[in-house]
Amino acid sequence: MSEETWWVGLIEALIVPNLLLLAFAYTTWFERKLLSRMQLRYGPNRAGKFGLVQPFADMIKLLYKEAFAPSDAIRMPYILAPIVSAFTAILAFSVIPFGPGWTIDGYTVQGEVADVSIALILVFALGSIGVYGFIVGGWASDSKYSLLGSMRTCAQLVSYEVSIALAVLGVVMMGQSLSLVDIVDKQGATIWFVIPQLVGFAVFIVAGVAETNRAPFDLPEAETELVAGYHTEYSGMRWGLFQMAEYINMITLSALAVTLFLGGWHGPWLPGPIWFLIKLALFVAVFIWIRASLPRLRYDQLMRLGWKVLLPVATINAVITALLVVWI
Amino acid sequence: MSPQPFDSVKGFGVTFRQIFRKPITQQYPEYKRPVYPRFRGRHRLHLHENGLEKCVGCSLCAAACPADCIRVVPAENTADHRVSAGERYARIYEINLSRCIFCGYCELACPFDAITLGNEFELSEYVRDDLIYTKDMLLAEPIKQMPVADAALYDTPIPYYKTHS
Repeated sequence: MSEETWWVGLIEALIVPNLLLLAFAYTTWFERKLLSRMQLRYGPNRAGKFGLVQPFADMIKLLYKEAFAPSDAIRMPYILAPIVSAFTAILAFSVIPFGPGWTIDGYTVQGEVADVSIALILVFALGSIGVYGFIVGGWASDSKYSLLGSMRTCAQLVSYEVSIALAVLGVVMMGQSLSLVDIVDKQGATIWFVIPQLVGFAVFIVAGVAETNRAPFDLPEAETELVAGYHTEYSGMRWGLFQMAEYINMITLSALAVTLFLGGWHGPWLPGPIWFLIKLALFVAVFIWIRASLPRLRYDQLMRLGWKVLLPVATINAVITALLVVWI
Repeated sequence: MSPQPFDSVKGFGVTFRQIFRKPITQQYPEYKRPVYPRFRGRHRLHLHENGLEKCVGCSLCAAACPADCIRVVPAENTADHRVSAGERYARIYEINLSRCIFCGYCELACPFDAITLGNEFELSEYVRDDLIYTKDMLLAEPIKQMPVADAALYDTPIPYYKTHS
């Protein structure tokens, strides 16, 4: 733990998740604009100049919508499921360092909301708890499509979690620590881990896209396959919470990739958080670019990729890294 | 050609190049695409040059209409109240535009070229009952003129009613 006073930490804990929610809102704007430009059309450009007010218009619309529920839905889990998903998604961002820490007026301000010594394990654990939100949401909706969708979603998420954890193992061995702050500091001192860990980076990207249910792995949300999967029976702001969980998972995963492989907030002459934001925006743009370019994978192709391709590659990467770290 | 491993990567290049091309969307209210000269839009009733209506209330249009949306109630032209050029006129002439399929059969059926389908297509209303257009609404000129594509380009024959009265 660092020397941050408790109320500075409290202010930081209040500001960062709210900035994250603002970033989520404008990630939806960015996705719609970038995706549409890749498809030779304008995105939203009617609500405000360049559609910049569109996220707020969407939010107001969702709040006004009638929040119906199936009559046989199990009440408490049905309401709690999107809350759990969104909560863990926002919480996972709190350990990501976006700056070196500053001293303002004698008070130290950390570069992250919480400096946990096992931050990486915390992020993956929270991701796993988020999966509970999807399972319970699909089950509590009392609908065939929701149940099937949530089963497929959770099988997909669990499969790719294994590959992600193994891909990250190489970084942990090189950084000699599980704490994200230490990993970023190590990258500042030596070299950005993307260069020695290129294979791990590639596995991380592919498994990360699958973890967040983004195209081309978005079979659970494919309208032609499962209506809308686990969020079929959700409307209004409850559906908005599921979408929030998905987009914030995407932002957190991009932030994690930046932190683990691309040097976090390090960069020449601009302040740390600005570089972090630039790299984060670049990564989110890559996610959107992948969505625009690839067709959806079928479920068996998806499972085959996760278990038969990514897992062996990540394992071999971890073994080779371990040998090199011990002997060099 | 069978799919090669790097075709997906080339696909990424394609989507990336499209960002720098101008989108092909036409922004509707600012730019209205010109309609063709024989476009079937809102109906219009026509007048003779001396001010009498061409419609005599024969209701051939109502008989021809597949959607059964025209209502014609004729009345007799008296000496002091002469509306049309024949013995009778259409006292009530209403078209229910929510039923109309804009097929143009009424225009083909009319023996006097009294009803034609013009170029206006922006017909939205807030209340469904406002879509029942009465005779004076149909007689009126359109409020906004739609841009019409160049008739010379499309080799359109000029309809009889445009040159004769």
